[in-house]
Amino acid sequence: MDVLSVEGLTVDFLTAEGQVRAVNDVSFTVPENRTVALVGESGSGKTVISQTIMGLLPSAAQITSGKVMLSDPTGAEPPVDIATLDRKGPKMRHLRGNRVAIIFQEPMTSLSPLHTIGDQIGEAALLHRDVGGAEARELTQEMLRLVHFPDPKRGLDAFPFELSGGLRQRAMIAMAMICHPALLIADEPTTALDVTIQAEILKLIRDVQDELKMSVLMITHDFGVVANMADEVVVIYHGRIMEKGTAGQLFSNPQHDYLKALLNAVPSFNMDRDERLVPIRPIEVKSGDLKRGRAECAVPPGAPLVELRNVTKRFTSRKGGLFSSNAATMTALDQVNLTIRRGECLGVVGESGSGKTTAAKAILRAIDIDDGTVAYNHGDGLSDIAKLRGPALMDYRRRVQLIFQDPFSSLNPRMTVNDILTEPLQIHGIGTPAEQAERARSLMMLVGLDPRFLRRYPHSFSGGQRQRIGIARALALNPEFILCDEPTSALDVSVQAQILNLLQDLKRDLNLTYLFVSHNLAVVDYIADRIAVMCRGRVVEVGETREVVSNPLHPYTKALLSAVPEPDLDNRLDFSVLDANRASEPSVWPEPFGLADGVAPVLVEMEPDHFVCAPGLQDVRAFEGTAA
Amino acid sequence: MLIYIIRRIFLMVPTLLVISFLTFFIIELPTGDYISNQIAALKASGEQSSIAKLEFLRKEFALDRPFFERYLIWVGLWPGPHGFDGLLQGNWGWSFEFDKPVSEVVGPTLPLTVLLNFATILFVYVVSFPIGIYSATRQYSWGDYGFTFLGYIGLATPNFLLGLILLYLFNRWFGLSVGGLMAPEYIDQPWSVDKALSVLAHLIVPTIVIGTSGTAAMIRRLRANLLDELHKQYVTTGRAKGLKENHLLIKYPLRMALNPFIADIGNLIPSMVSGSVIVSVVLNLPTVGPVLLSSLQSQDQFLAGFILLFVAVLTLIGMLISDLLLAVLDPRIRLGGRAAQ
Repeated sequence: MDVLSVEGLTVDFLTAEGQVRAVNDVSFTVPENRTVALVGESGSGKTVISQTIMGLLPSAAQITSGKVMLSDPTGAEPPVDIATLDRKGPKMRHLRGNRVAIIFQEPMTSLSPLHTIGDQIGEAALLHRDVGGAEARELTQEMLRLVHFPDPKRGLDAFPFELSGGLRQRAMIAMAMICHPALLIADEPTTALDVTIQAEILKLIRDVQDELKMSVLMITHDFGVVANMADEVVVIYHGRIMEKGTAGQLFSNPQHDYLKALLNAVPSFNMDRDERLVPIRPIEVKSGDLKRGRAECAVPPGAPLVELRNVTKRFTSRKGGLFSSNAATMTALDQVNLTIRRGECLGVVGESGSGKTTAAKAILRAIDIDDGTVAYNHGDGLSDIAKLRGPALMDYRRRVQLIFQDPFSSLNPRMTVNDILTEPLQIHGIGTPAEQAERARSLMMLVGLDPRFLRRYPHSFSGGQRQRIGIARALALNPEFILCDEPTSALDVSVQAQILNLLQDLKRDLNLTYLFVSHNLAVVDYIADRIAVMCRGRVVEVGETREVVSNPLHPYTKALLSAVPEPDLDNRLDFSVLDANRASEPSVWPEPFGLADGVAPVLVEMEPDHFVCAPGLQDVRAFEGTAA
Repeated sequence: MLIYIIRRIFLMVPTLLVISFLTFFIIELPTGDYISNQIAALKASGEQSSIAKLEFLRKEFALDRPFFERYLIWVGLWPGPHGFDGLLQGNWGWSFEFDKPVSEVVGPTLPLTVLLNFATILFVYVVSFPIGIYSATRQYSWGDYGFTFLGYIGLATPNFLLGLILLYLFNRWFGLSVGGLMAPEYIDQPWSVDKALSVLAHLIVPTIVIGTSGTAAMIRRLRANLLDELHKQYVTTGRAKGLKENHLLIKYPLRMALNPFIADIGNLIPSMVSGSVIVSVVLNLPTVGPVLLSSLQSQDQFLAGFILLFVAVLTLIGMLISDLLLAVLDPRIRLGGRAAQ
């Protein structure tokens, strides 16, 4: 029996420019107790479909044709066509939160900060389940236990800002589940979460589905999530369904060109070292203009270019006023040792709060470090960057550039692309205005954009194009070393492949060195020569990429790798082993990896050029040298 | 919570000290003082006889001492010509212009000023609250445009003009006496029910006149805040639970939009006092506004200093109230410390 069946659904938006068709003749079904994945990139109309089912379409949208039938598998209520219901009427309200429920992408913003978790979850029960306040509280506590809240009773009175992202998403799931809906819509439920938390939440959705026998419509762009969760898959592009079928069919034998292209654009661990992703719209790098007159880096390939020695950074948060001073200190970087070799791409992976961005900022000298040194090789040996002043510092700023994570907020909306690209040149006083304009044109060509776009403002570009402008800006000063801070995490998979290939080509053509910060292990595996894994401000494992991925030695690296959902049906996550390891807690790592507070995170070379943080082995094979 | 309140009240002491110092410093910025100006004027007209008396007064009020000593004597932290005798001891100083103690000059006007301020703030909040909510939830409707238009008129019309028009209309329609805060026959009479009613009736026009611009600004602010909140994810979450629109609005976005609304209580007070000077003159209101203006003009320093300090105290109390209300309403403020630990 199909819990949801969408037939010929067409949704139009009435905008100032006329009618825009967001969803075009879409039909699919969600069978009872099954998970259907709705896969598409941003702008494909997948969120509009979820809004249609929830009756949450904005007032500018109208259902032009089609049916959205919702049937209750228990038979308690007759099937209804949601498309015909008044969106704000009592019938739709009766379904929302009761028979169909939704969880959103952003657990940080989808709960009200002013109300307790218990209040917000229990509200749905009060509305639909005909219970009093005390009973609702009871039910809420029961739900919190079901979603594995550590202390359900205390959780009732907690405010969202007191909880981590993972716990908030658990609370959202509890809220959606409290009325035992027939259908759960999960709109990118794990996109904003760290990979280990993502695995836990996916497992939780699975468990709750088994327990309550409901159907799930999983909206996602992540094929890893699809492969691990979905029974059936619907691929949507520009409001039309491209292909649908069981997960087995689609992964083993994709028919439609779009799906094939999409699958080719996803990085995975079993790719060959020299295998390249195939983006849907590849970019041709034209680096000829830029190579002319480029000052080559004087450091020989493979020699240390940047070296972090026992770098420590503490953040102090002061709470309270004049009469109280309880300072809380947080160690963001704990004696970090890292070497970036000339010409390589060093990937830094870790979950949020692991200190990877702080490390990048320390290298940029955007923050001052409390202890240790960051040394840079200008061609005449390593020298401490903390001592750079005046012109020497400006020279360092020219050599080291940054590519940001968010292509939307990192470009000034009031500056034209031309202003954005020539600003670094003006700051450093390089070239005449005519030369600067010429440079801006060749930078645009370099990243595959038409130089005629120079007069436009950032808002007229897509996310991927903006990120290319950001890359062009970073290259304006002919840098030797580029820090990439999650440059693709805000982009769609097909655009991600395009940007990753662009970065690879630029590195090859311009002899660049990268530090690539990311939480996405598959991306780092694709682009990086060596990987450094960070956890709670410490480097726990460093080594050649293939070596670390195929032979992880540290328990945290193992946990991280085992939690990555692979876009491969033969390689599904083993949900049963996930629950046991809370691997991001240094004090519970087994010997010799255990790390109490105050113990130096010593790196030990356990395999050739493969270093692991293992204080227990310190005396056996003490780490000396600069290779890590 | 109790500790928070006590701490906030304790914090007001250093704030007040700093404010009093700044007030005194600014008032003393122009060269000379009230008496030396008088002496100069007398010297110019050749009258020597009164000068001796004025010189005596300068000594009497310690105007011949250095700046810091004068300040400390005024506050009451330093012995003056008559020992410790300053604000802390309850002596509000002497007004040279009126030749009376400050307490007698401002005494009768202070309660009326506080009353008028209170009424105006109440008016601002009571009027702007529903209109702001209406404008935000029915954005770009005729009602929204209408209130926006009215609001701009309220902001743009000179207050004294609005005051005169309203006085005329109230006089024509209700036979209300023109000007003042009570009918003429009650002035200097002991308080009675009729006098209180007369005061209330006379409060209406000044309250509206002084409050319009504040109301207009507040409507725009609430509208903007609420519009921001209405499109937040947690509102959709509430809707997805099946909440009714009105219930949803009141429980979630409105409560979030209240924060800036409440935080403004303290800021409103000084602008009301200083902004209502012209209105008070035109409407002949017995508030401290006009007194403050004339005392500043004639360098009647103790009078001006006291009034400024009084307004500062009112502001601090307003801020205390808004801080406490915020702590009650917003758990992030109340429990901020708990979450950080």
